[in-house]
Amino acid sequence: MEVTEPVAALWGAVILSGLYHGLNPGMGWPLAVSAALMERKNSAMPKALAALAIGHFLSMALILLPFSLMASLVAWESQIRITAGIFVVLFGIYLLINRRHPRILARIPPSKLALWSFLAALAHGAGLMLVPIYLGLCAPENTGMNHEAATTLMAGNAGAAIWVAGVHTVAMTVAGGFLAVLMYLWLGLKFLSKTFFNLDIVWALSLVFVGAFGVYSAAEL
Amino acid sequence: MNLRPDPTFHATAALAMKAPVEKLAFTLMLSPDGSQPDGLAVVDVDPSSKTYGEIVHSLFMPNKGDEFHHFGWNACSSALSPLTGHAFYERRFLIIPGIRSSRIYVIDVKDPLDAKIHKIIEPEELMEKTGYSRPHTIHCGPEGIYVSTLGGGGEDGTDGPPGIFIMDCETFDILGRYEMDRGPQDKHYDFWWNLPKDYMVSSEWGLPPQFENGIVPEDLLSNKYGHSIHFWDLRGRNNIQTIDLGENHQMALEIRPAHEPTKEYGFCGVVVDTTNLEGAIFTWWRNEDGTFDAKKTITIPPVPADPDDLPELLKGFSAVPPLVTDIDLSLDDKYLYVACWGTGEMHQYDVSDPMNPVLNGKVEIGGIVAKKKHSNGSDFGYGPQMVEISRDGKRVYWTNSLYSTWDDQFYPGDRGAAMVMADVGENGEFTLNKDFCVKFPEGYRSHQIRLEGGDCSTDSFCFPSV
Repeated sequence: MEVTEPVAALWGAVILSGLYHGLNPGMGWPLAVSAALMERKNSAMPKALAALAIGHFLSMALILLPFSLMASLVAWESQIRITAGIFVVLFGIYLLINRRHPRILARIPPSKLALWSFLAALAHGAGLMLVPIYLGLCAPENTGMNHEAATTLMAGNAGAAIWVAGVHTVAMTVAGGFLAVLMYLWLGLKFLSKTFFNLDIVWALSLVFVGAFGVYSAAEL
Repeated sequence: MNLRPDPTFHATAALAMKAPVEKLAFTLMLSPDGSQPDGLAVVDVDPSSKTYGEIVHSLFMPNKGDEFHHFGWNACSSALSPLTGHAFYERRFLIIPGIRSSRIYVIDVKDPLDAKIHKIIEPEELMEKTGYSRPHTIHCGPEGIYVSTLGGGGEDGTDGPPGIFIMDCETFDILGRYEMDRGPQDKHYDFWWNLPKDYMVSSEWGLPPQFENGIVPEDLLSNKYGHSIHFWDLRGRNNIQTIDLGENHQMALEIRPAHEPTKEYGFCGVVVDTTNLEGAIFTWWRNEDGTFDAKKTITIPPVPADPDDLPELLKGFSAVPPLVTDIDLSLDDKYLYVACWGTGEMHQYDVSDPMNPVLNGKVEIGGIVAKKKHSNGSDFGYGPQMVEISRDGKRVYWTNSLYSTWDDQFYPGDRGAAMVMADVGENGEFTLNKDFCVKFPEGYRSHQIRLEGGDCSTDSFCFPSV
């Protein structure tokens, strides 16, 4: 794939969203601190971060892969992107109105970090935040593959979905891991509660913004 | 919802100990005969204040006969659990159940001197949604506020076992029963947990007919009160083990786990051993393989007495049992305070080695026979009962009533409500404070105490102190 300016910007967005998710305590970095402290060994932290990363990655992939199938329907490309964008906006609005957090998350035992991370990302629409960015990356003008057969497109799109989920998750783990190490090695738990900001509204607005961007960029076509 | 966590939430017990000290205490007042409405007293505990040791505000309920007993906060340090990531609740509401009426009050104490009723949950609603009655202990946990109950359905609370139900910590809606599989648990009293280690421990007093109209001597002597503690998979919501402490160990009440979540042990107080009238403390712990054990680590002997000095109930025994009715553990897990309501003593044990507690100090006050006055000369009716420790461990507060009908059996006549405080020195010296002695309105008794910003029996910590 030729790296054009919009493609670079979209990949930048994939990384930025990863950093953003990583810094959000709701996506799990405090669990990595807790794991190292509870088990009284440093090695517990990378293990916990890895489990959180696996869960997050799967959650992203679960959301993106179905879109990779649809994205190959080149003829309906702009309709799909507009519908997806509207859906993401609506989910953001839903989170703005319904500020309750899903109770199911409280039923997951602390030992199952990957499952927790998977469901936390799913419940908060973390994967949805990537959808408009991902669909932008799959757009024919960005892939340069508009003349390929549908099956090739589909495989290419699925591969791109995995790449997007992977790059996003690496960025998330780096950001979350950075905060976790900082807290664990230097700052101490007194700062834990100081780093907690209520991101509920910002998060919901991010979804609205990203979704609106998706609709806008598709309508431009 | 705030933008930042409530400043009274602490990641670790050590951080909570260093937080600013309490300036106010909340104490429940009950009308033993139900002739007056029960209430919440706001007590000034700031020594630099002009109204130190006085009730600076009282809120009385619109109903009578609730019988206030235990209560708790809508949110505590458990909100910082890394599993929630949404630590933005306010420690603002006190949840006060009526143990006799099954009515639950939610009191807004954002401005403590203007405390007001925020919501009332009527007994019918509790019964309809849970099948439980006689709500009791409050803790903030995963999914919301957990409330233990002492009764099941039906008029006398014996239709089905009692258990725990969950309330939403923002709307205070009753969400439903906690238990998926209760195993052999058929009575209830207290519960607490280790949140990161994901287990809960619960205890047993007795069913409503065994306590509402007074202690039933025949039931006690035939060992029919509770004598087991139950261990639960907290988030799985099922009973994983029940330990019978032995049927002679009647009434296993307060559960006090170590505050430090890496320590997997705790204590449970037993009111009376029917073979010898001793009071006892059991230490329970979790093994490497996830199973639990318990061992008796403290015994407190009865004191011989002249039957003429004893109430009807005890005349035949010619002795006063210590009656261990409440225990509380300091936030550093160092001192366990044990109320001996019968003999009139508050014991302070050094439990640095939880398997070998050492009696470090005691305060003698009240008592069935001893009737020891306060060191400032004032009378102290009944004996030391509900005990609460300041977060820094330097002040220990207690009141003197156990439960209306039981008070009258062990201490006939009205002996007056009290709330006193003892200081704990740098090396643990435990001495009654002469200046702190709260006067309550006529006809009331005093029960549980909660301290502004949290205390040693409310907050659950999710991170170890390092």
